[in-house]
Amino acid sequence: MSLQEVLQRPDVWRGGYAPSVAATESGFEALDDLLPGSGWPHGALTELQCAQEGIGELRLLLPTLARLSRGDRWVAMVAPPYIPYAPALAAAGIDLSRLLLVHPRQGADHWWALENSLRAGACSAVLAWVGRAEASHLRRLQLAAEAGDCMGFLFQRQAVVGSPAALRLNLSAAGPNALNVQVVKRRGGWPTGPVRLEVDRALAMSASSRVSTRNSYARRA
Amino acid sequence: MYVAAANASARAAGIAPGMRVSAAQALVEMLVVRLRNVTAEQEAAARLAAWSGQYTSQVTLVSSNTLLLEVAGSEKLFGDLPALMARVRKELAGLGYTAQLALAPTPLAATWLARAGRECCLTDYGPLFRELAELPLTSLGLAPEREALLTGLGLRTLVDCLRLPRDGIARRAGRETLEALDRAFGRQPDPRAAFVLPERFHARLELPAPVDNSQALLFPLHRLLLELAGFLEARGVGAATLEFELRAFRAEPMRLSFKLLTPSRDASHLVALVRERLERFELTAPVEEVQLNVDALQPLGAQPLDFFERAQAPEELRAQLVERLQARLGREAVQGIVSCADHRPERAWRYVAPGTETEETVCGQRPVWLLPAPLPLAPRAGQLYLHGTLALEPERERIESGWWDDAEAARDYFIARAEDGRRLWVFRDLRDRERWFLQGIFA
Repeated sequence: MSLQEVLQRPDVWRGGYAPSVAATESGFEALDDLLPGSGWPHGALTELQCAQEGIGELRLLLPTLARLSRGDRWVAMVAPPYIPYAPALAAAGIDLSRLLLVHPRQGADHWWALENSLRAGACSAVLAWVGRAEASHLRRLQLAAEAGDCMGFLFQRQAVVGSPAALRLNLSAAGPNALNVQVVKRRGGWPTGPVRLEVDRALAMSASSRVSTRNSYARRA
Repeated sequence: MYVAAANASARAAGIAPGMRVSAAQALVEMLVVRLRNVTAEQEAAARLAAWSGQYTSQVTLVSSNTLLLEVAGSEKLFGDLPALMARVRKELAGLGYTAQLALAPTPLAATWLARAGRECCLTDYGPLFRELAELPLTSLGLAPEREALLTGLGLRTLVDCLRLPRDGIARRAGRETLEALDRAFGRQPDPRAAFVLPERFHARLELPAPVDNSQALLFPLHRLLLELAGFLEARGVGAATLEFELRAFRAEPMRLSFKLLTPSRDASHLVALVRERLERFELTAPVEEVQLNVDALQPLGAQPLDFFERAQAPEELRAQLVERLQARLGREAVQGIVSCADHRPERAWRYVAPGTETEETVCGQRPVWLLPAPLPLAPRAGQLYLHGTLALEPERERIESGWWDDAEAARDYFIARAEDGRRLWVFRDLRDRERWFLQGIFA
């Protein structure tokens, strides 16, 4: 039996080989190097665990959201903890006419709204802050994301045991404007990290590209 | 009173149309008798004529239980004619009607064959002659004395009539019978007036028993929506406003109205919206009749047909998701945001309908999260405190604005760093005794 034949067998796994996965670049090279497909996985759930808000977890996603909002599908936010501030999002390059905010009032409606937004095929990305999740909920959401070819980003305070999400990241603060990202789970690889990302650097790139096109406004003090 | 129609179990018990009601009640003890409502039958027939306009532009309403559809022109669009007949039969069943269908080269032949229950699909005159020849004399629909005369002559089927000399039939059965036979066999032309589609859609469905469970209403409302979809397809338009009226005995009618972002005629989408709304709807009284009124019809953009798959346009998909979410969560739970030109941060944005374009504004560094109202911060030991001491970064921004309305603001904004690594947007209110507030979080 030649070496080529052995490598063709389905029960042989080659270390360091990542399956080809449809993904969108995150805008941070150091993170993309760790992710299969070099980016956020399409048609799948990404679970972001962060114990505190405000360490840069949303700014991690802003370059990707800016790119997605230029397409023809919604970027949806389900049950955001605070008000998404329009001037800041616009400065990050997000097209506000593609942003959809969903504020369900009752508990069961959160899951219904999230599942429907993922499944409908009308959203390119859905960000959700829906509280404690069970693995069974996440399994349904994962199937919905596949059906609707949508990227689901779930923000959790604590890790969900047995989560079927395609990608799980743990975020913690690493000084001002920097984030430590640990890859807890990824498809076709083992846990890795942490990698330190400067979250404002990608932001500055997209902001400067917008400032250059606006030359008729006077800058405020 | 006479029996006009009986269902299968009544017929099995020996009840036949034409019998007296008293005789029928003598045969079966617990007989349910309903009065025939001819007006409702005519209305239903008119609605069905409008609904069948989606298959052809030439529909003729012959009587309250007979409809003629001219389908030679629709053959290419719907596949072949047997497939079209099967589809019509299936969709009529979905609407709740049982029908006998027949296809023939002439309208009168099709009417006679369908009434006789011979469901055939004939496209040539040869097979037509053979089928028509076997029809009994009653198909002609003659007056009883003339029919008795012809039966007395020994005529049983149509072919017997055809064997008689033509002037003989004209004398005994009347000139119109001869003309009818000529038209049925295609010897004379038979032009029919087309049914004119109404401008608005009004449909009523009486429920067999009062319904007090809002979920059970989905079934009759579904039927009304299927009729509406056929009507909209026939007219080539979409509906943007749907008004359902649920009538109860001796109570105010309950109303359910839907406003769609884009006109639609997709039955499955409308049914999904109605289902979501019904889950939240409380009935104040048992419902006996449901009505659907659609007055505003709007043109639907033409959609190109893909050769392989009919994909939905992206704006339709987006609008459908918003409508579905709003149907269940409420209109104000699904929104978009835009930025406004105002220096005061809490006024530099507002909620709008999803998809609204925004105007470009310029501002300094702004946090991604804004608190609904500024949170006062109590200093501890001379330093700002929020779950740990806050350290201020050296840059500051002064905003003084709003002297023209009551919400004047004069504030110094700072970026504060908390011990756990969070970056917060705080301000010192220069008009309010130099108090500190938290207004945003840089997420």
